[in-house]
Amino acid sequence: MGLIAPSGADIVSYDPKSQEGWVATRLDFLVNWSRANSLWPMPFGTACCAIEFMATAASRFDLARFGMERMSFSPRQADVLICAGRVPFKLAPIIRRIWQQMPQPKWCISMGACASSGGMFDNYAVVQGIDTIIPVDVYVPGCPPRPEGLIHGIRLLQEKVMNERRADNRIREEINPDPSSELYIPPSAINELGEPFGNSVHQNRSAP
Amino acid sequence: MTGRFEIVAAGSAVTDSPAPATPKNVSHLGGLPNPSAAALAGRFPGAVERVVVIWGETVVFVKPAAVFEAMQWLRDDPAQQYDFLSDVTAVEYRDFEQPIEVVWHLRSLPYRRFLRVKAQLPKKGPLEIASVWPLWKSADWLERECYDMFGIRFTGHPDLRRILMWEQYREGYPLRKDFPLRGRFSRAEQLRQALAQNPETRYSMEELSVADAFEDLPADMRKRLGTGERTGE
Repeated sequence: MGLIAPSGADIVSYDPKSQEGWVATRLDFLVNWSRANSLWPMPFGTACCAIEFMATAASRFDLARFGMERMSFSPRQADVLICAGRVPFKLAPIIRRIWQQMPQPKWCISMGACASSGGMFDNYAVVQGIDTIIPVDVYVPGCPPRPEGLIHGIRLLQEKVMNERRADNRIREEINPDPSSELYIPPSAINELGEPFGNSVHQNRSAP
Repeated sequence: MTGRFEIVAAGSAVTDSPAPATPKNVSHLGGLPNPSAAALAGRFPGAVERVVVIWGETVVFVKPAAVFEAMQWLRDDPAQQYDFLSDVTAVEYRDFEQPIEVVWHLRSLPYRRFLRVKAQLPKKGPLEIASVWPLWKSADWLERECYDMFGIRFTGHPDLRRILMWEQYREGYPLRKDFPLRGRFSRAEQLRQALAQNPETRYSMEELSVADAFEDLPADMRKRLGTGERTGE
């Protein structure tokens, strides 16, 4: 949910010896268990990662084992946004709007190198990581990741969901972008994230 | 070109023509030019600058001022019948002295001919050329893309605006050689400008009538929507 883990987030909430009491922690466990096993994904497939995502949903890998077989093509009934593929700048306001239309609690999986960092598309048209637009919970590396990779990411997300506590109100609060810049993270951080790496450092921003 | 939706059988204008086959052993330069090139040069003596045959395909360089007339003749002359415009694009060479070339790919279905027409626009002058939209409606989006990527203005185009980049894009024309690969602005500024666009301003009429972007529309579209116009054709 948030980009910074709350203090004490490492406390396992369904531990009976935690200070929140047996009833509250058992209720947490029940709620989290039901949530984690019925995550409805909002597929945002823009490229080849979406093909692997479809393969994950199909019979061989069978996303239904995790209670995710119901693709929610309406963001208002979705729990987890799975961004599979590169996002050009022209799509940035659209994925932002889809994210803001999803009700809390909501999570986001950034699937593949392009969604996570821009990947090989270090150019004028592609967003350098969707975490510059919306908060991301799980990054799945790969180009594209195999279905096993996505399932691993989903399992990580389920683990995160299982560790949430009702006493922590932040999972029910909408995180709003900074009103002056309309961004979730400061522009300097975005510039830092968008810096070239690997072979592309030999190019510079100035015109020849 | 009689009816709007006339069915044209490929090769129908060529009598006893052999079945089309993939050419073999095509040389790089030279070869038999498309007969339309000589016909065009005969019809517009001053307009055709030169004719090049490269990989078996004929390239006709036409003076920019004469492009529309030449295209109109190529489309309407019964001995040419170039009824299909398959591409409009442009080329900029790395050598800065070289002019920008606008390229049209014409195909004649009745004669089974392919003709590439080029016009050279010097970089010093304005990058303007006549639109062929009145001749082929397929030029609409192709010329918009060419304008978006190269900044070439097609005079006479009904709706010349960006098509791939969003309309408020202010960094220039991405496929020009002086355009840096990552764009001119910082990543944060690019993202800020991209997020500021209203994606609903250019939806179809049906969607627009219910969208909350109604007030952001151009005045003529607001008027057309107000009179109940819809896109279903």
